[in-house]
Amino acid sequence: MVTRGFSGRPPAAEIAERLPPGQYLTDDFPVLQLGPTPRVTEETWSFTLRDGPKPLKRWTWSEFAKLPRTRWKGDIHCVTKWSKFDTAWAGVSVDDILSDAGVTAPTAFTLFEGFDDYTTNVPFADLTGGKAIVATSYEGKPIPPDHGGPARLLVPHLYFWKSPKWVKGLRFTRKDEGGFWELRGYHMYGDPWREQRFTGD
Amino acid sequence: MAAEKMPWRTARIGAIAPVTPRVKSFRFEGLEGRHRAGQHVEVRLTAPDGYSAQRSYSIASAPGDAAGLELMIEGLEEGEVSSYFAGIAEVGDEVELRGPIGGSFVWSPEDEGPVLLIGGGSGVVPLLSMLRARFSARSETPMLLIYSVRNAAEAIAREELQIRARDEPGFDLTLLTTREGATAGRRVDRVMIETALDHVGKPRHVFVCGSNGFVGSVSDLLVDASVKPSIIRTERFGG
Repeated sequence: MVTRGFSGRPPAAEIAERLPPGQYLTDDFPVLQLGPTPRVTEETWSFTLRDGPKPLKRWTWSEFAKLPRTRWKGDIHCVTKWSKFDTAWAGVSVDDILSDAGVTAPTAFTLFEGFDDYTTNVPFADLTGGKAIVATSYEGKPIPPDHGGPARLLVPHLYFWKSPKWVKGLRFTRKDEGGFWELRGYHMYGDPWREQRFTGD
Repeated sequence: MAAEKMPWRTARIGAIAPVTPRVKSFRFEGLEGRHRAGQHVEVRLTAPDGYSAQRSYSIASAPGDAAGLELMIEGLEEGEVSSYFAGIAEVGDEVELRGPIGGSFVWSPEDEGPVLLIGGGSGVVPLLSMLRARFSARSETPMLLIYSVRNAAEAIAREELQIRARDEPGFDLTLLTTREGATAGRRVDRVMIETALDHVGKPRHVFVCGSNGFVGSVSDLLVDASVKPSIIRTERFGG
């Protein structure tokens, strides 16, 4: 439906081709979170890998820092419509986390948990093969607390609500269990290129 | 079973009214369904060449308001959607909406209280929906709004808020003007938070909405004042 009098300000072609449907480019880095920034420091942070309720391995900050580093640079897309280009992150890939724990994925489904008790589900296939890292730096510096520092998940090919801030653990689940937003009307998978914002999209 | 897609609906602008020098109110007709106070809708505008732009806006009206769903939109020069609403949209025009959306920053009268609301600038809009929902339900849940604005002229629904504070039992308003009057230079601070907590009682829900800096600083003050982080819900514009 054409809106009377609206012409808009379409972005240049080289920007438009990098924007998933319904997104616009921002230079800012907006902050979205359910509540206050949790007070997590490198001293109190840890990451736990679980199979259901059973812990498989836990890393403190200094133990985690010894794992191989993976860098990623590219575009991120938030379900609230903004996209940000060429963001640079570094951290530990989910592949290297599993390998350090000496385990292979026990199920095809995972749920990530944050220190703010936020949760989100990601299929294991979307984490492996270098597709996801637990990031500990942004643009060459520690991640600011408002953006999830000391560590956040980065699954950049999905909407950014799938990349929880202040991440504290990864849990394999028997079936695909929705997390916080997925139980409140947001899409179970969240592919920005297919505009999977809400249930049924 | 595939869930049903949330549809885009054509909504007619039924009324437009100025709210502040920069903010206008838009009432939409042709929408069904009830929202929960605090939720938002998506707006989609489409140009003749097929280019379209989408943005999210918080709902200002109470759930089920017979006058139609109300959005309050600030005219930002650089915003392609907000500048359409500021300068082009007229009564009778149609846009596409979908929603309501959001299941975290929400309050309904059955959620009870006490409730502490803290808004900065146009961040008051979803909080206004909560106040209006409280009144529609004739709820007497203790509710206190701290509303921070640069000056009184920029306060959204100032008169309505003052009348509600005068007439509605259990609702109190603290209007803080940070650039004029006796409170010029003051920000929402520790003393103001502690005074509000003493007054409204131990809150069951706290909602904070405004700019990124405002929400960050207020939620830190709340945590410092021993409010449980899990009852604090935040929303920041620009996000």
